[in-house]
Amino acid sequence: MTENSERRVVSVIVINEASVLSRITNLFSGRGYNITSLTVAPIPDTKYSRLTIVTAGSVRVIEQITKQLHKLIPVLRVYEHADIVEKEMALVKFPITENITDIDTLCQAYNGKIVNVGESVIIAMVADEPKRVENFLKAIKRYNPKEIVRSGAVALER
Amino acid sequence: MQMSGAQMVIEALIAEGVDTVFGYPGGAIMNVYDEIYKQNGFQHILNRHEQASIHAAEGYAKASGKVGVAMITSGPGFTNAVTGLADAYMDSVPLVVISGQVPMSLIGTDGFQEIDAIGISRPCTKHNYLVTDANDLPRILKEAFYIASSGRPGPVHVDIPKDVTAQIAEFSYDFKVELETYKPHVKGNPRQIKKAMDAIAKASRPLFYLGGGIINANAGEEVRELVHKTGIPAVETFMARGVLDSKDELLVGMLGMHGSYASNMAMSETDLVIGLGVRFDDRVTGKLSEFAKNADVIHVDIDPASISKLVNADYPIVGDVKVVTQEMLHCLDGIDAANYEPWRDTINNFNDLHPLTFHEDSERLKPQWVIKRVGELLGDDANISTDVGQHQMWAAQFYPFSRSRQFISSGGLGTMGFGFPAAIGVKAASPDKVSINFTGDGSILMNVQELMTAVEKKIPVVNIILNNNFLGMVRQWQTLFYDKRHSETDLSVQPDFVKLSEAFGGIGYRVKTKEEFDAALKDAVEKNVVAFIEVIVERFENVMPMVPAGGSLFNMMLLEKKETK
Ligand SMILES: Cc1ncc(C[n+]2csc(CCOP(=O)(O)OP(=O)(O)O)c2C)c(N)n1
Ligand SMILES: [Mg+2]
Repeated sequence: MTENSERRVVSVIVINEASVLSRITNLFSGRGYNITSLTVAPIPDTKYSRLTIVTAGSVRVIEQITKQLHKLIPVLRVYEHADIVEKEMALVKFPITENITDIDTLCQAYNGKIVNVGESVIIAMVADEPKRVENFLKAIKRYNPKEIVRSGAVALER
Repeated sequence: MQMSGAQMVIEALIAEGVDTVFGYPGGAIMNVYDEIYKQNGFQHILNRHEQASIHAAEGYAKASGKVGVAMITSGPGFTNAVTGLADAYMDSVPLVVISGQVPMSLIGTDGFQEIDAIGISRPCTKHNYLVTDANDLPRILKEAFYIASSGRPGPVHVDIPKDVTAQIAEFSYDFKVELETYKPHVKGNPRQIKKAMDAIAKASRPLFYLGGGIINANAGEEVRELVHKTGIPAVETFMARGVLDSKDELLVGMLGMHGSYASNMAMSETDLVIGLGVRFDDRVTGKLSEFAKNADVIHVDIDPASISKLVNADYPIVGDVKVVTQEMLHCLDGIDAANYEPWRDTINNFNDLHPLTFHEDSERLKPQWVIKRVGELLGDDANISTDVGQHQMWAAQFYPFSRSRQFISSGGLGTMGFGFPAAIGVKAASPDKVSINFTGDGSILMNVQELMTAVEKKIPVVNIILNNNFLGMVRQWQTLFYDKRHSETDLSVQPDFVKLSEAFGGIGYRVKTKEEFDAALKDAVEKNVVAFIEVIVERFENVMPMVPAGGSLFNMMLLEKKETK
């Protein structure tokens, strides 16, 4: 039986309390599941936070991840998404000597813009589907990016 | 009422109905121990090592079905206890373990005896807490008992900094636990249960696969009724020994690595596995792809994560085994015990072909004989704890268990050193039964200091040391799979076990014959004191049958056939 590993997005609603994040990451490391990206932020006007975890695994592994997450006491809900809107942000630092117009045009094609111009560097921002962010990062290689930060994905069910 | 955090601990324990606390004091927990000194709501048993405190609490919990409680200090006190926590976690034992921590102002400074206790206990507890304010303490303690004992039970660890035990705050324990994020699923889905029962009615070779979850759910009686009303044969896991009476005609035996031939063959031939409170552990299933290959699977468990984790369940039922079994008993229409007659015959034939037995062909006593003999002499009157190794497997194979909670052993973690402290906890919970600990010459030394605990508190545990001068189980694997290279398993150099027991104020016997053994056991039980009975047994005996690790259940190494007298 070959089990195909698939990319999956899992959202977890947890009580916003001390050490809850380490409970989650410990579970992944302890059981040998992988985390591609993880974002976390409080849900406004509640005592909960929302984590968006991008992971990969076979159907059985994903099912186990969902169940094991649910078993943690401070976890309220776990969504294993099928039909979602997914976005990720990236910030990129370029030397000021690069072609700013070119970079700006490129950013705009990926829902972004130049957000900061300093003495020696400019910082550009894009926000798009993770796949497209990846394409963007490939496309800007020739402008000698000095630093790249990705936010990890956030997602909402359609 | 206003009181200190330390007083709250005492009040909460008493309100929870705790009658026995196992523990060991130290700097960070001293405020609580000061309150223990002043109270008389429960007894405190001072073990001589924190690991033993946890195992004793486990023994207490396993024998009584109540939550076991242990108390330890920070740093080394806590780290000594970690093995116990892991053991309880693996075997789903309900515990509340309270540890002291350095004061809040010192946390994170590498203070004296500071260790990140909840960081360490996280992967080996069901849940844990660091209490940062005494105002939270009543809620946390109440949650701890609730979480430990509900759903799939397990250990809960509460770490309390020293200044929090000194802090004065308002105490009230008169409230209900409200946990929005934790609601164990107790009742099984009735439609799913009905479907499962229909599948049972249609099956021709169904087999009950009974697990330790039945004991945790106190579902022994319901399960016995279900087995008898359906006439379907049953195999027990190691953890489920005693769910059915060993004399029960429908009990095929124990399955798994050292299960009986008939049990493992029945599991290989069944067309419908009815798993109750089981988790398809690798020591039970052997090679997964060959496990119950031709069978559909009904799986009842309180833990959704256990279902379809390893073996796909065709009829998954999440719920408390007791509640689900009761429901099943209402859906017996169409199930006719007579239909399974040929299947029962097949299994009986398996049993006739290779019965679970041993040969009395050595000069020295056979360890299996000792176990059987204790069964004949004490039977239902004893609770049986074990350590880990060959003696443990022989106890599971040959003791005639007759009830749930009679067999107390470390299954999931396989912790040497479990037996003696556990037997102390068992005796504390169940004083009317003789508390026997079957142990090995290796294991007993891993918590031998508990002689002092047992003698001091007059807890008459009878330790039967099956002395083969070997780390026998490891020696067996070396003999079978490492070409007899017995690397570091020869225990020829040994203490004088009789004198050892006597040095602590216990009694000791060293026996070599059946007559000597009978006399020693009788004497120890009559004297009702802490005892070591060292039995010199055959050194090279192997536990058989055996499914080599990773092999298929039906490919067993078997006892050589011989004429038995
Ligand atoms: C704490 C711990 N260390 C090591 C082991 C590995 N181990 C399993 S059985 C065994 C031998 C036990 O020897 P003994 O207590 O004499 O029992 P016997 O097998 O001889 O009956 C060992 C070392 C273990 N289970 N637990
Ligand atoms: Mg031994």
